[in-house]
Amino acid sequence: MPVNDPADAPMTRHRWPALLAIALIVGGVALAFGWIAGWLTPGRLTPQRFTNAIESGNGQIYRGYRRAHAKGVCVAGYFEGNGQGVALSSARLFAPVRTPFAGRLSIAGGSPYGLDGKARVRSMALELNSDDGQQWRMAMNSFPFFGVSTVSAFYEQTRANTPDPATGKPDPAKQAAFLRAHPEFARFASWAKSAPWSTSWANTTFNGVNAFRFINARGDVRNVRWSMQPQAAFAAMTAEQRAAADGNFLSEDLQARLARAPLRWDMVVTLAQPGDPTADPAQPWPEDRQHVTVGTVVIESSTPQANGACRDINYDPLVLPTGVQGSDDPILAARSAVYSVSFNRREHDIASGKADTAVGKTAAPEARP
Amino acid sequence: MNDLHPARLAPRHFNLTARVLHWSMALAILAMLFVGIGMVTSLSLRPTLVSLHRPLGIAILLLAIVRLVNRLRHRPPPLPADLPRVQVLAAKASHWLLYALMFAMPLIGWSMLSAGGYPVTMFKGFNLPPIVPHDATVYAALRGAHTWLALLLFATVLLHLAAALFHAWVRRDEVFPSMARGASPTPASAAPEPAGVSPRDSGDNDADS
Ligand code: HEM
Ligand code: HEM
Repeated sequence: MPVNDPADAPMTRHRWPALLAIALIVGGVALAFGWIAGWLTPGRLTPQRFTNAIESGNGQIYRGYRRAHAKGVCVAGYFEGNGQGVALSSARLFAPVRTPFAGRLSIAGGSPYGLDGKARVRSMALELNSDDGQQWRMAMNSFPFFGVSTVSAFYEQTRANTPDPATGKPDPAKQAAFLRAHPEFARFASWAKSAPWSTSWANTTFNGVNAFRFINARGDVRNVRWSMQPQAAFAAMTAEQRAAADGNFLSEDLQARLARAPLRWDMVVTLAQPGDPTADPAQPWPEDRQHVTVGTVVIESSTPQANGACRDINYDPLVLPTGVQGSDDPILAARSAVYSVSFNRREHDIASGKADTAVGKTAAPEARP
Repeated sequence: MNDLHPARLAPRHFNLTARVLHWSMALAILAMLFVGIGMVTSLSLRPTLVSLHRPLGIAILLLAIVRLVNRLRHRPPPLPADLPRVQVLAAKASHWLLYALMFAMPLIGWSMLSAGGYPVTMFKGFNLPPIVPHDATVYAALRGAHTWLALLLFATVLLHLAAALFHAWVRRDEVFPSMARGASPTPASAAPEPAGVSPRDSGDNDADS
């Protein structure tokens, strides 16, 4: 090293402006990071804050369980394509092959002890692993359309339905305010009130609700939605029957049916016409849209979720194979973000030993409202 | 590794490979930190950002391998002789910490997705294989590590940036130029070298890169 001391002169002359500039640059980068992280904007709705709201709405945190659709069972089986989907999407499972899945049937609601007879919404989730190494995850509900059109509206709905600590029940004034602010919710409310209840998961239709894009081998893009329509005959359940039914009748019924034979649903794809809304899951497409049956979901077995394969799966609806893409539906992106937070929290609960019931180490209490 | 060069032949600049890797990776790592924190706090941008985050993170892992090999094979320029001992220590420690995190972050990202049961998608149709078993406890540990080591990486990057600018603007020594540019054939006309630096740039090891 040559002996030179370039530092001397500048150190004494212009130290402060340079130090100030450095502090501003470094501080600016740190601030930008903190701003993006949401640390400076406590009012901004983030996936973490949305999940907090869901947890408050549940009345308590059920450790190790999904923060929504907490109660369910793992199922396994396969999807068998009939070849009709190949013209619509290059996804491997539409070929006439069997694609195994790890699935889950559940009821909506944040409590793992919810009563099956009171759960208006039932669900089916699938993680399909095709032989080309790709995966398709779906999470579908028994409602045919979503209640609201935007993420912030669903947040407001969650807040309005949160039990008031004083009464243990949601505040009717807040619920009324939500309904006034979101007239679009009326369609969902009327479905919830009037749609008949079926007797089983096996005779329930599960709908993808959000719009997706199918891309075929030629590159043609189509906007679609899909439903899993049961091959088991529909049988309605009256309010009295539901009130009298066992709190776990869905899983009991499932086991009884599976002991006899596998359960089947047709996957029916609805093709949008130009102009049909893709960004609004609250708006169903007209009835006369073309439907294509592309294959069959076959459930062969079930396992309790405490030790089943589905427990540690995040059914993020945006884990998609080639040939399928998410649409511009903002609810879809929000689901992906919130499910990840819910998944992280429940896996963390399990890892830190706080989730003995969820992993089957201690027995679950009786089902309760 | 340093024994190959007698001290007087010590390079005064990082070689071209090192400089190109340094600046491109600096940009990529800073982008990864911002994309990472942005995607986990956004209700709308996650799908887009996460599909950028995964392949860019793996690209950083590959570049880090090339960079480490280059670093071990080519002697870096020495720090200024008059740099206080603590600063020398801080510089060396932070540089090795940066190397460690350049490897750790992508490897944790990859193994965390494996442990979470997620496909490790680089682009549609191409997934990396899982490198750890699908397991809740392993996932939770790795997921936590990805956050905390990302914050440590960000803090180290900020310190590194502050130190680099301190060398450039306050000490005005040869540290910043050693990464900013190569040996100049006509040093007199090059960007302002502090007075008194002899033009002994011949030690730059671009030649053997
Ligand atoms: C912004 C709107 C929504 C939010 C915030 C939300 C939130 C959640 C959360 C936190 C979970 C638990 C995730 C986990 O821990 O794995 C969940 C599960 C689920 N959601 Fe949503 N959800 C939304 C919209 C929808 C829609 C539109 C559907 C219907 C298609 C749906 C269907 C399901 C199903 C079926 C599950 C259970 C999946 C399983 O069995 O793991 N969700 N949701
Ligand atoms: C230089 C490399 C990397 C850096 C600096 C980095 C940085 C980050 C940061 C800052 C976050 C947000 C953390 C939080 O808020 O908790 C994050 C999240 C994430 N990173 Fe990375 N990451 C890197 C590599 C990777 C790689 C290679 C993968 C996968 C192949 C990956 C997958 C993810 C995923 C999936 C998340 C979101 C997880 C969640 O939402 O739960 N990262 N990363």
